[in-house]
Amino acid sequence: MADKTASRTVTVLNEQGVHLRPADLFVRLAKRFESQVEVLKDGQCVDGKSILDMITLSAVKGSKLIIRTTGPDAEQALDALVDLFQRKFDQPQDNEQQTADQQQA
Amino acid sequence: MKFADFVCTPAIRQALSATDKESVVREMVAALVEAGAIPEDDSDSIVKAILKREELGSTGIGRGVAVPHTKHPSVEKLVGTVGVSEGGVDFDSLDGDKVQLFFLLVSPPDRPGDHLRALENISRQLRDEMFCKFLKQAKSAEDIQQLLEEADNNQFVS
Repeated sequence: MADKTASRTVTVLNEQGVHLRPADLFVRLAKRFESQVEVLKDGQCVDGKSILDMITLSAVKGSKLIIRTTGPDAEQALDALVDLFQRKFDQPQDNEQQTADQQQA
Repeated sequence: MKFADFVCTPAIRQALSATDKESVVREMVAALVEAGAIPEDDSDSIVKAILKREELGSTGIGRGVAVPHTKHPSVEKLVGTVGVSEGGVDFDSLDGDKVQLFFLLVSPPDRPGDHLRALENISRQLRDEMFCKFLKQAKSAEDIQQLLEEADNNQFVS
């Protein structure tokens, strides 16, 4: 059976951008899936399972990234990874600085 | 961002003597103090902040590289230094390997973009195996500085 491909655009919502810890969390989550994970930004395409690759994206708050997954669990992987972005990587540091956002949520 | 934009040259250390996480951070912060890049009075609080950040998850990102860092109000612009340990230091890195190359960064609290651009530069250059290898083999702080300069001039990354 052919591998499935899924992709979606996400916006970096957390104040500090995709620094080391969010990148680490993303890579750890990506590695739980069999599918290949690619992340695209401004025409650059990197391996979503490599932390060195992820931090070369230098994705600040507001950046738009495309996550593309390919493999048997492509949909599940994509849902989980997009969710991580939407949860602002569960960064307490960021949440402190975003009391206004939190109040809205 | 280039290495020259944030690496404090006189604080580069080619032969780190530290053999554990805390002392390597202390040694590099002391090098920044000695170079006048950060105030001596703040060095303890910077060391503590960096170690606290490490507790959240190691900044040892693999390939024998770690990027210990913190935000601190004592600096007005991003400052950093580079240290090389010949024997390597156990840094709880993500791949379990000992760390030989350290890029220590202290950034102002309200400049997350600069921190990201420095990380971007470091990771982009470190993807080149030759650059990593040459840095680990450097024999002096001048060697390291020259390698960083060559990297800034795109001699490693096409």
